[in-house]
Amino acid sequence: MTSDAGGASVDIEFRSVTKRFGDLTAVNQVSFQVLQGEFLSLLGPSGCGKTTSLRMIAGFEQPDEGQILIGGVDSIGTPPYRRDVNTVFQQYALFPHMTILDNVAYGLKQKRVAKSERYARAREALELVRLTGREKHRPSMLSGGQQQRVALARALVNRPRVLLLDEPLGALDLKLRKEMQIELTRIQQQVGITFIYVTHDQGEALAMSDRIAVMSDGVVEQLDTPAEIYDRPRTAFVADFIGEMNFLEGDVTHAEDGEFDLDTRSGIVVRGRGEATKGRPARVGIRPARLHVVTGSVDGATNTAHAVVETKMYLGDEVQIVAELKGGTRFVIREQRAGTDDLHDAIRPGEPITIQWEPTAPVLLADAPAPNEGGNDD
Amino acid sequence: MAAAEDVTGSDVGRTRRSFSPRYPAWLTSPSFVYYAIFFLGPLAILVAFSLATQTGFNAITYGFDTSQFHLVTGSLYVKIFARTLVMAGVGSLLTMIVGYPIAYWMARYLTTYKMLALLLVLVPFWTSFLIRTYALKIILDSHGYLAKYLGINIMYTKYAVAVGLVYNYLPLFIIPVFASLERMDWSLVEAATDLGAKPFNAFREITLRLTLPGVVTGALLVFIPMSGEYIIPNILSGGNYEFVGNVIGDQFVSAQNQPFGSALSISLMIALSGFVAIYILFATKEERFGA
Repeated sequence: MTSDAGGASVDIEFRSVTKRFGDLTAVNQVSFQVLQGEFLSLLGPSGCGKTTSLRMIAGFEQPDEGQILIGGVDSIGTPPYRRDVNTVFQQYALFPHMTILDNVAYGLKQKRVAKSERYARAREALELVRLTGREKHRPSMLSGGQQQRVALARALVNRPRVLLLDEPLGALDLKLRKEMQIELTRIQQQVGITFIYVTHDQGEALAMSDRIAVMSDGVVEQLDTPAEIYDRPRTAFVADFIGEMNFLEGDVTHAEDGEFDLDTRSGIVVRGRGEATKGRPARVGIRPARLHVVTGSVDGATNTAHAVVETKMYLGDEVQIVAELKGGTRFVIREQRAGTDDLHDAIRPGEPITIQWEPTAPVLLADAPAPNEGGNDD
Repeated sequence: MAAAEDVTGSDVGRTRRSFSPRYPAWLTSPSFVYYAIFFLGPLAILVAFSLATQTGFNAITYGFDTSQFHLVTGSLYVKIFARTLVMAGVGSLLTMIVGYPIAYWMARYLTTYKMLALLLVLVPFWTSFLIRTYALKIILDSHGYLAKYLGINIMYTKYAVAVGLVYNYLPLFIIPVFASLERMDWSLVEAATDLGAKPFNAFREITLRLTLPGVVTGALLVFIPMSGEYIIPNILSGGNYEFVGNVIGDQFVSAQNQPFGSALSISLMIALSGFVAIYILFATKEERFGA
């Protein structure tokens, strides 16, 4: 077993993996490692290569270039039925002609586990996913959430090295999805199996993952912990895809001791933290929640912008204001309502406001990801 | 439609029945009349014939004479019945073996040319059955290419009959099997493979199992007409390998013995009804899966 990356053993490793479908490059020179016991999400919009990556680990697709190591062994050419990984499919793919118990026991039957043992283990797996009393039913008699649990039990019963989950919660309604997110996290911690989770839902990825690989156009843009991805997105794509982000562009006029000043063409001076190069154009992002609306006289021109309110919306605990800056840039501001209701009530569409932020709020972004980024990043 | 009913229906007599359009039964009457005259009519005549007494050449007296049915159970005719059903069974089995892979390939691997392939499967149906069987005779002929270059000389044997049966009924099997393979969710096969099933096991336990209703429908669709086959054994066996159909034909055409011919026909119908009953049993059991 390989054991780079700080002692923890590596379950899955992509080494410059490329997969093409005709003229389309679905996965382009991707390298990354998945550590043993980790919950890793492959996150990105549809067509970014996340599902193709998963299918290559499962063995349904073969990469055109590069290597995929499962437990340190190159898996190229190994058929799916000889791989120590199991998949939870998007539409569950439960066998409609078999009972729930037979569905769950199917993998063990293929491994020629004796009947009594495989049913005992299948029952255990159903207990693990908290679905009991339905052993004799057919999948069509179960609700979506229950079918989801069966699919999970059917994969976990084999005790695979890695569990692959292909948008497993996509077909469930919001409430059930939230419930299953908690369930999945609990089960993963209980069994200690490595999970690779494909999703286009950034909230889901942030909530459940140990690390997230954000993919776009067949490339891993950033592979980091949820907090790092959210607070310090490296590229504009990551910043925009994970949560909402307001962008400002300009030239760096000052860069010293890990601080920088950026002048936008419309006269806003952004002061932030990060390693910028003086005289170079740059781009920063600021989260809507890090912006504040201030009233009264404003001191200083740094990290301050004047804007005109377009819309105001109450979102339960928060209030969201969309305002247009001078030059046409649109900013989204989201503030907690507690204690500031009077202030927010005074804001009306068409009226000018002043927006301010802390120097810790702006995130300096790279223009485009360097190729191979995201691989071996510790 | 529901809105229209609301407008015309008076408030007083408003029913709270949920809306489901009532089908006016009288609309079916033309179909029933047609069915009674042209389907049940001949059947009734057949029954009447089978219970009549032959009083001379092409002369019968109607009555309730079951002696014709006793004749049917004679060893010679039982042998012909058995031969017919065995040949139809073998023919159906061969049709499955030849037809399933074609249907599978069409349903799973063809995309652009899927409908074209389906059309090509059906094309032979556009030519008369009789003509096609004569054409097949040219291929199977003992002076034909098959005999000359491959040494396969099976003309006028049961093998020629089997080839003829498979060739003529293949489309009838491929269509229902293709339809059930079209509905197949291939991610189930991926799931089976993912869970450690080798390709053949995944095929047997998932694909074949889930398309079994289509296979049974197709098998029955070819088995029943094969059992009643007349032209194929006539042309390709040259009288060496007669089916019940040929004997029945002889009774009506040359022997002019309608009572015995009718009794044979009805006996064949009863035998085949048994197979249909098994099918219905199977089909209703299958529905419970909701597969």
